[in-house]
Amino acid sequence: MSERKIIDARGSFCPGPLMELIAALKLMEIGEEVEIWSTDQGTAKDVPEWAAKVGHETVDSGEKEDHWFVVVKKTK
Amino acid sequence: MSKKVLIVGGGLAGTIIANGLIRHIGEEIRKGDVSITMLGTSDTHMYQPGLLYIPFGKIRERELFRPQRKVLDKRVIFHIDPATNIDVENKKVTCNSGTVHDYDYLVIATGSRLMPQNIPGLAEGAHWLYDLEGARKMRDALDKFEGGKIVVNVNAPHKCPVAPLEITFMLKEYLEGKGLWDKTEITYTYPIGRLHALEPVAEWAKPAMDEAGIKYETFFNTKEVDPAGKTIESEEGVTLDYDFLVTIPPHNGAEVITESGLGDGGWVPTDRKKLTHPEHSDVFVCGDTTNIPISKAGSTAHFEADTVIDNLASLLTEGRWARDYDGKVFCFVETGMKTGTYVWFNYETPPNPGAPSQMIHWFKLAYNRLYWLSARGLL
Repeated sequence: MSERKIIDARGSFCPGPLMELIAALKLMEIGEEVEIWSTDQGTAKDVPEWAAKVGHETVDSGEKEDHWFVVVKKTK
Repeated sequence: MSKKVLIVGGGLAGTIIANGLIRHIGEEIRKGDVSITMLGTSDTHMYQPGLLYIPFGKIRERELFRPQRKVLDKRVIFHIDPATNIDVENKKVTCNSGTVHDYDYLVIATGSRLMPQNIPGLAEGAHWLYDLEGARKMRDALDKFEGGKIVVNVNAPHKCPVAPLEITFMLKEYLEGKGLWDKTEITYTYPIGRLHALEPVAEWAKPAMDEAGIKYETFFNTKEVDPAGKTIESEEGVTLDYDFLVTIPPHNGAEVITESGLGDGGWVPTDRKKLTHPEHSDVFVCGDTTNIPISKAGSTAHFEADTVIDNLASLLTEGRWARDYDGKVFCFVETGMKTGTYVWFNYETPPNPGAPSQMIHWFKLAYNRLYWLSARGLL
């Protein structure tokens, strides 16, 4: 299992955490996981919603000290 | 012994840094204590944001170009010799000619490139205006367009995140001017669940599109295009018909970055405040090349470049760091052929676009000319 990729999108207004995640997933292999960090609370909702729509898997999500995080597994 | 600053890339970021640095350390350059060398890929400097106006006949091609040698301060040593390998461990950059340059400080500003070929059928089926050839083709195709379904398709990642909205609203007014709007339907697609990555911009764009009669499809990540059948399909399972497809193609960073093992997709990992490689404080990264999660845009490159200039000048003359980059970005947004607005933000402050006005449109037109002063490090 390869190391989980981290996208630190804290403080990102443009293009925004979800756009960063979409761009990163394109460069990953099926089965790999990525964890995105964001200071935008909307990310905690947007990312799982998008992942479900495309067919990727949301592995984990929650809140840490100063940011929200979501872990997505590329499935297709 | 003389210190060598090596800048890889002759676009906006590299050019502002070279010229701006010279203005700070002219004395050291004169005495031969510091040299600045730039490795570019072309003898011509292009004002990329001007491409937006090409398909609509609102700017002349020659206005977008100047000889790079004339844009650069004459004290900058300039080679048109693209880098083929960047070795940050051994502080060496190899060029196409085989020449190897060493450095004390390296600036990587190799930019981004269009990758329509990353999506099946996109290059064959779509128009774009992010390079001169594409803008010319789009202009010629628009001349022949007699009405029908237009899809404006946005892919990630791309530079200048407001350009897709500008293109959409300008297209509408252009077609109105030609008397074709009644026979045309525009659908704008966007990868995430709203009309722009910036939430305040999305909140402005939605009613503006509703009022303009522009349709939209969010959560649309392009899977493939069928140029023969004239359809575009998303990963989310939506298929749209089109008569005229405009795309914002996905971008990658420069090939030399991936080939040198400096970062996936050509994006170099970058400290968001110092703008340096995380493991090499003598390697600065600027402009589209960084992996920082903020806009890939000339404005970003400009404000980053100002920070790099201050830090490099300070390191070269006083041996200390000057300041951090705060994430500042400022973007004009054309909201039609005669109105515009703007957004600015940084790592801490969210954007807040104002009401569009004719005056801001004029400011943007003025900036299109003032750009050459920016590139020279004067603005």
